[in-house]
Amino acid sequence: MNENSWPYPLEYDKEETISCEVLVLGGGIAGCMAAIAAARDGKEVVLVEKGATKMSGAGGSGCDHWESAATNPCSKVTPEELTQSMMDDNDGYNNGISHYIECREGWDCMLDIEKMGGKIRDTGDEFKGAEFRDDDSKLMFAYDYENRFTLRIWGSTFKPAMYKELKRLGVKIYDRIMVTSLLTAKNGDEIQCIGATGMHTRTGKFFVFKSKSSIMCMSRPARIWLFSAELPGLAEFRPTQCIGDGHAMGWRAGAEFTMMEKSVGAEFSAAGRSYPPYGAGNNHNTWYAASMIDATGKEIPYADRDGNILKTVSERFKPAKGQKYFMKGGNIDDANYEIDGPETLSLDKFEHGTYKIPLYADLSTLPEAERKVIWGMMIGEEGKTKVPIYQNYTRAGFDPEKHVLQCYGTGWRSGQFLPQERQLFGLPGGFMNDWQLQSNIKGLFVAGDALYASNCYGHAAATGYYAGRHAAKYAADAEMKEPSISQIENEKKRIFAPLKNNPAKSIGWKELNMGIAKTMQNYCGDVKHDELLDIGLTVLKEYEEDILSQTFAYNPHELTRLLEVFDILTNAQIILLASKARKNNSKSLCFTKAGSADEKTSEKKLIILKNEEGEIKQRELPVDFFGDLQENYEKHNTDYLKTNSHVE
Amino acid sequence: MSNKLRALKAEMPAANPIIIDDEKCIACNKCVEICQVDLFVPGAEKGESPLVLYPGECWYCGNCVVVCPVEGAITLRHPLMNQARWVAKSDLLKKNK
Ligand SMILES: Cc1cc2nc3c(=O)[nH]c(=O)nc-3n(C[C@H](O)[C@H](O)[C@H](O)COP(=O)(O)OP(=O)(O)OC[C@H]3O[C@@H](n4cnc5c(N)ncnc54)[C@H](O)[C@@H]3O)c2cc1C
Ligand code: SF4
Ligand code: SF4
Repeated sequence: MNENSWPYPLEYDKEETISCEVLVLGGGIAGCMAAIAAARDGKEVVLVEKGATKMSGAGGSGCDHWESAATNPCSKVTPEELTQSMMDDNDGYNNGISHYIECREGWDCMLDIEKMGGKIRDTGDEFKGAEFRDDDSKLMFAYDYENRFTLRIWGSTFKPAMYKELKRLGVKIYDRIMVTSLLTAKNGDEIQCIGATGMHTRTGKFFVFKSKSSIMCMSRPARIWLFSAELPGLAEFRPTQCIGDGHAMGWRAGAEFTMMEKSVGAEFSAAGRSYPPYGAGNNHNTWYAASMIDATGKEIPYADRDGNILKTVSERFKPAKGQKYFMKGGNIDDANYEIDGPETLSLDKFEHGTYKIPLYADLSTLPEAERKVIWGMMIGEEGKTKVPIYQNYTRAGFDPEKHVLQCYGTGWRSGQFLPQERQLFGLPGGFMNDWQLQSNIKGLFVAGDALYASNCYGHAAATGYYAGRHAAKYAADAEMKEPSISQIENEKKRIFAPLKNNPAKSIGWKELNMGIAKTMQNYCGDVKHDELLDIGLTVLKEYEEDILSQTFAYNPHELTRLLEVFDILTNAQIILLASKARKNNSKSLCFTKAGSADEKTSEKKLIILKNEEGEIKQRELPVDFFGDLQENYEKHNTDYLKTNSHVE
Repeated sequence: MSNKLRALKAEMPAANPIIIDDEKCIACNKCVEICQVDLFVPGAEKGESPLVLYPGECWYCGNCVVVCPVEGAITLRHPLMNQARWVAKSDLLKKNK
């Protein structure tokens, strides 16, 4: 190849306008399901995706377990019970609306995906007779084998199946376009979303999308504290290009956010400190309930929530005496007593010399079905495991009947991190939503990991489909509006400005991301100090005012990466502001402020922030503002309840 | 490339995640089109293998390997510092008898 030439046409000066009724922003799990729902409602749908819809997003390469499918035929828990457990487990700091949707409609989604061509049952009878399998339906379960609400699935088949369905339904898919801003119009005091702008990541061509309603499905912020200039793709758990553009453009447009002060000590990152997810010894998630042994081969026993030692492997999948059900094996995130599952004995025992390090995950002594369902089915179907873990380790000689895999951290961490290295993980903050999954910006719906306190594949699929339905309904009564020329021109100016600079003097995307990450480590670490948060805001303001104008990108690809870091800068500012706004310590928000008291139950509230043309507005709501879940859900979904399924 | 030109140009990246075997690759560009990070560019001439332009951005999902129609044409490799260790259990037991 001629090393000096860019292989795609350079079209920074070209522009295309596209109109549709429903515009889907981001083509991951939530985005695909949203587009499918809106298209089935007969709407003209456009889906815009930065990568390649067919396998993009956190779930694009797979997913091995679908949580909280409370309405599957084998489940012994109700959506109400399960959502309440999720709320209680986080002292109320959870998204009751979206998780209720997950519990109520997750199973409908799964059946739908099966019809599209996804595999949700052991149709080949590979695991016939196994304890975790229902031999009638051929469904397979994880964790609690008695209550059966988490399913083991062949998630690598899902995304390609959704893609086929999108095509079949005539959804217009625009791949390789980075959405850069929301187009809005004012209607009295109300802001409306009337479309979005985008840039082609290979050619630099500018796009204007006009729509009656839009659905935000661009996942959540990342690379706020964690960055590696050499290996940026390994700096975080989620895909390289998923850094929370949606939050930043939502903030600029005036959307409300909540719980943005919540971050956790880094646990799932791969750069330097840790190992590939699901690729090192552990006994959580995909690897539940692998046996754990110490360096002498001695097994570390599992115990129930009361500390009773479990004698058989089978007991690792059963609730404790007197416990109705458990959510996940072990205290991954310090589960509360009610729903805490079996876990290997805590490590303080081994600090006293009982066990020798390092520890290893040992599948060799598990019953054959348990071993094979972990190594071969789950490792293989989980995101990022089919090729890099299952195929590569097998090729290098790993044999689960003989070998044990080394652990590099405790719990599901596969490394030890510094306290100031933080992450948005484990139900972090995000867009505030109502019962339609609409944001405060009219016509802007939100789904998947972009929502506050969201997590998981089933949640993304179910909220995606739900938001798609409601956005379609909204579009039916909405008018198409012309975006203002100045909004479009300003956006072009903003995104193309870096091209004009001199590379010899300028700052690139990696330098900027590194600067932001260090600023956040310095001023927004595990313990927050108001004085430090203020300095952090000052530094980032300086970046915004003085540094952004000195940046440069060589080509549309680099410009995409640079615009992402502009968005990371905005997201970091939201986090600092939200950290300032919360005054008390909150365990469930993993939030500690120097010199502050712990919050009292009566003080639990969602702090909701928005940016109103540069002015920060704050309001508060009780954590359970959404009222009775079942009653409100049914009130807002009468049409869906009539058919009670995903119909075409 | 001559060794002299090589010496001037090159800086080895922190990782070489994607290894394409030019002998096997049929230059179909399926890997280029599936990569969500978009770290490849197609070969400049028809029939040339894709180029890994931004190796550091790789997310190590393996999708490029999954869609490649030719067994062994493309390989994904974790950087050394990300390669986990395993041992034979019998060795642990033997050592600690
Ligand atoms: C390795 C891994 C394994 C996982 N395993 C499981 C599991 O077993 N079970 C489970 O329940 N959950 C699992 N998860 C979590 C689950 O995959 C996510 O919760 C889910 O995919 C979220 O869906 P989403 O649609 O919100 O985001 P995503 O699926 O990540 O989609 C977001 C999409 O938005 C696009 N995008 C971002 N910015 C822009 C922009 N500016 N313009 C256009 N498009 C943009 C991205 O390219 C991406 O395609 C796993 C996650 C990972 C990373
Ligand atoms: S492993 Fe994934 S991120 Fe890396 S090059 Fe292949 S498709 Fe792209
Ligand atoms: S998919 Fe395989 S054969 Fe096709 S261009 Fe890529 S490496 Fe070559």
